[in-house]
Amino acid sequence: MSLADLTIAEAGTQLRSGDATSVDLLEAVIERASFTEAQLHCYLTIDHEGARKAAESADWELAAGTDRGPLHGIPLALKDNFCTRGLTTTCSSQILAGYVPPYDATVVSRLRSGGAVIVGKTNLDEFAMGSSTENSAFGPTRNPWDPERVPGGSSGGSAAAVAVGSALGGFGSDTGGSIRQPASLCGVVGFKPTYGLVSRYGLVAFASSLDQIGPLARNVGDALTLFEAVAGHDPLDSTSYPGPVPEMRSDLEAGPKGIRVGVVSELSGDGYEPEVSTAMSKMLNQLADDGAELVEVSLPTFELALSCYYLIAPAEASANLARFDGVRYGLRVDGETVEEMMARTRAEGFGPEVTRRILLGTYSLSAGYYDAFYGQANRLRTKLIREIAAIHEQVDVLVSPTSPTVAFELGAKTQDPLAMYLSDVCTIPADLAGTPAISVPVGLDHQGLPIGLQVMAPALGEAVMFRTAKAVEERAGFTARPALAGLPT
Amino acid sequence: MTTWESVIGIEVHVELGTASKMFCGCPVVFGDQPNTAVCPTCLGLPGALPVTNGTAIEWLARIGLALHCQIAPFSVFHRKNYFYADVPKNYQISQFDLPLCVDGWLDVTVDGEEIRVGIERAHMEEDTGKSLHQGSGGRIHAATSTLLDFNRSGVPLVEIVSRPDLRSAAQARAYAQDLRAVVAELGVSDARMEEGSIRFDANVSVRPVGDTELGTKVEIKNMNSFRSLERAIASEIDRQVGVLEEGGVVIQETRHWDEEAGATKGMRTKEGSSDYRYFTEPDLVPLEMLASTVDKVRADLPELPADRRQRFGDLGLDSPLASVLSGSGPDLRRVFDEAVALGADPVMSANWITGEVTAAFRRAETATAEVRIKGSDLAELVMMVKEGILSSSAAKEALSGVMAGEGSPRVVAEARDLMQVSDEGLIGEAIDQVLAANVEAIERFRGGEEKVLGFLVGQVMRATGGKADPKLVNALLRQRIT
Repeated sequence: MSLADLTIAEAGTQLRSGDATSVDLLEAVIERASFTEAQLHCYLTIDHEGARKAAESADWELAAGTDRGPLHGIPLALKDNFCTRGLTTTCSSQILAGYVPPYDATVVSRLRSGGAVIVGKTNLDEFAMGSSTENSAFGPTRNPWDPERVPGGSSGGSAAAVAVGSALGGFGSDTGGSIRQPASLCGVVGFKPTYGLVSRYGLVAFASSLDQIGPLARNVGDALTLFEAVAGHDPLDSTSYPGPVPEMRSDLEAGPKGIRVGVVSELSGDGYEPEVSTAMSKMLNQLADDGAELVEVSLPTFELALSCYYLIAPAEASANLARFDGVRYGLRVDGETVEEMMARTRAEGFGPEVTRRILLGTYSLSAGYYDAFYGQANRLRTKLIREIAAIHEQVDVLVSPTSPTVAFELGAKTQDPLAMYLSDVCTIPADLAGTPAISVPVGLDHQGLPIGLQVMAPALGEAVMFRTAKAVEERAGFTARPALAGLPT
Repeated sequence: MTTWESVIGIEVHVELGTASKMFCGCPVVFGDQPNTAVCPTCLGLPGALPVTNGTAIEWLARIGLALHCQIAPFSVFHRKNYFYADVPKNYQISQFDLPLCVDGWLDVTVDGEEIRVGIERAHMEEDTGKSLHQGSGGRIHAATSTLLDFNRSGVPLVEIVSRPDLRSAAQARAYAQDLRAVVAELGVSDARMEEGSIRFDANVSVRPVGDTELGTKVEIKNMNSFRSLERAIASEIDRQVGVLEEGGVVIQETRHWDEEAGATKGMRTKEGSSDYRYFTEPDLVPLEMLASTVDKVRADLPELPADRRQRFGDLGLDSPLASVLSGSGPDLRRVFDEAVALGADPVMSANWITGEVTAAFRRAETATAEVRIKGSDLAELVMMVKEGILSSSAAKEALSGVMAGEGSPRVVAEARDLMQVSDEGLIGEAIDQVLAANVEAIERFRGGEEKVLGFLVGQVMRATGGKADPKLVNALLRQRIT
């Protein structure tokens, strides 16, 4: 087995026992990438030099007795919408091709001070808008379980890299499901925290009231470790939660006994692949056998969540993406006047999906339409938040499939935006509500494609969410690895 | 023929002089090297986020309370979306339907008449960067290129919107000047028009007298002084009346004041109401203002110009004098207050402060600008004049001695031999000499020519070198010749 296939916990043990060095780990994941990148294209940038320096420095420090904690010396992949000082950050957009930020996102500086080694920047749907990583200006990422299929998105690069072993762990951002859905399609764990627990400072904004950074990992324990390294109040982000991060470890191994599990009836039925539904039922039965209490619950507003999301997210995006105008940085296409320069730059710099959402958002905020669209969507969002809070008086967690389907083929949905949007039907409610949710792999379908189960909890309910996820993971016994990871050793 | 009434509202932008910008830690500077006081947030770099400057919010509350506004316990920031090269995010963070300060007023005196101008709102926003158009005398249309300076980007900017309560250019000017004085008094801004730290725009419409509906309003910009504000409004009123009297219609638009041409000029850009697509700023949480904070801000308010004028009026000063004194510098006002506290006559003290003392300051114009007159000096001076110890001309000389650091008025008067002669014997000798030399004048006085007495007093004053107490001379002369 290659060092690239270790979990973060295992790698940490080897680093501290002297069986492996950080440089060894880095070399293993880079070697893995050298075999897989041509097919998968997980990374937009691999920072060979910077990563090497960080790994060497991690090794010297450990040798000298300085231990920065569980991520010390661990090679990680970051989605290319996190600002990294001195390292290209493109959001997979032509408009930011070659853009090098002068500062680190708060998450990045916390990872660096935790001793992590940043291998590189991973591919995404342009500005995180998409569910397949096909909307990248620099070419799609492919699924390690079947390179004819998509890895999901928008954090498809990070999910695929973690799945295939070109990083031991990674981070993505989740606005409508962009961590959990690719995690599900790539057979890894993906976690979106309670809104505000992780600073957004330095995350290139898509929809500010929804965006949240979270980890992708090979198991639940690693996801928790990654999350703990970056969570907590940040004075640079006014929407950052000012209180303490919930304590999540003491109950982690407590098992499912006594957990009231709500099964969301709206997230089932037509459009859900039978094998996805079966895998979920099987897991629910196992949990019930071990003492979990299953409750069928109805959340009627979930039916409207997708429409609500596609009014709010594009509206915020239309303002957030206005700054890309060719004036100060990024692409500039000249014109006769400054207005013409801005218009040309934006027309050439943004891809079709981003353009579509900017137009949608601009429209829904326009005078005369605001109340019917954006205003109405916000009222619905409030209703959804209340509905979720109310249901949690009856149940501790909610479960659903993470995605109605397993990984689909490249190009299958690119001509039909609505079909693509439906990939996020299960994940969007937690984003609108700002509540935590995690996707855990529970098995493979008959084609050998991973299936994920989503566990949702009330705001700041990370402890019971992780406890449930851990119970699911133990019962699923999911140890399969994509064939691609096994090829070269 | 129709008689027209003009209706004017004023929008004021005030740059606050806080240590740091509205949403980042960059310093608020004026005139530094371009793009040296900038960071990811005020440059609108990808990923950067705003953090509200609490001091700026308190200063806005200061302004709001000074203008008798309600302070909202809960207010919200919005994004105001429009593309402009010196707006780094292509939206400004501003306040929209829930501003911090609403429903206030400012009393303004114009030509002896007091009017109450309603304040609709005062809200917080951020300033833009500066565009420096090259090769066109600063105009955008003929510019060959444009340089951008973002030092000003994100400077806290307060917008104060009046109700359309003003009815003439003179009223508008008085309101603007008084508002500037309030802002300056609060110490929250330099409030310098020439540096752009306070900027006035006017909304002007006209209607036939008696109409209750408002006419079409035109916004005028680019006034660099109070004088140009008044001229611009007057000229715009004339223009609108001219348009209407010729049967035309006033178009809703923004016009720029052209100082040289003495007229407002329409902008060449396409008109049409802008849609700023306001929505709640999702990067900030709502602003909560505790009642205790408001109370603290209120308790810390300084005495405001209107209150001060009222207080001076209560001391017996007439309105113009009270206004001039109120507008004097704080150092001079302190001298006045101390003198009055020591028992000096308030009207005389005020006249001295606003007249001779101010003039002496202007003449001195020294870099030190040190106040070399104390309240006790002014009190002594005023009392000596009142008691006839110093003539007014002698008092002026005494004052210059005081200002030159020669000591108190009495010390100076003694050293320079300025005190009036009140010795009846000495004055009597002078009168005898004058009467002996002006027998004809005596006859004319006795013949009923009262004014001859003035001539004789003058002669006696001259004979005593100006030091005789004129009242005493007057009385003694009258005794002798009647």
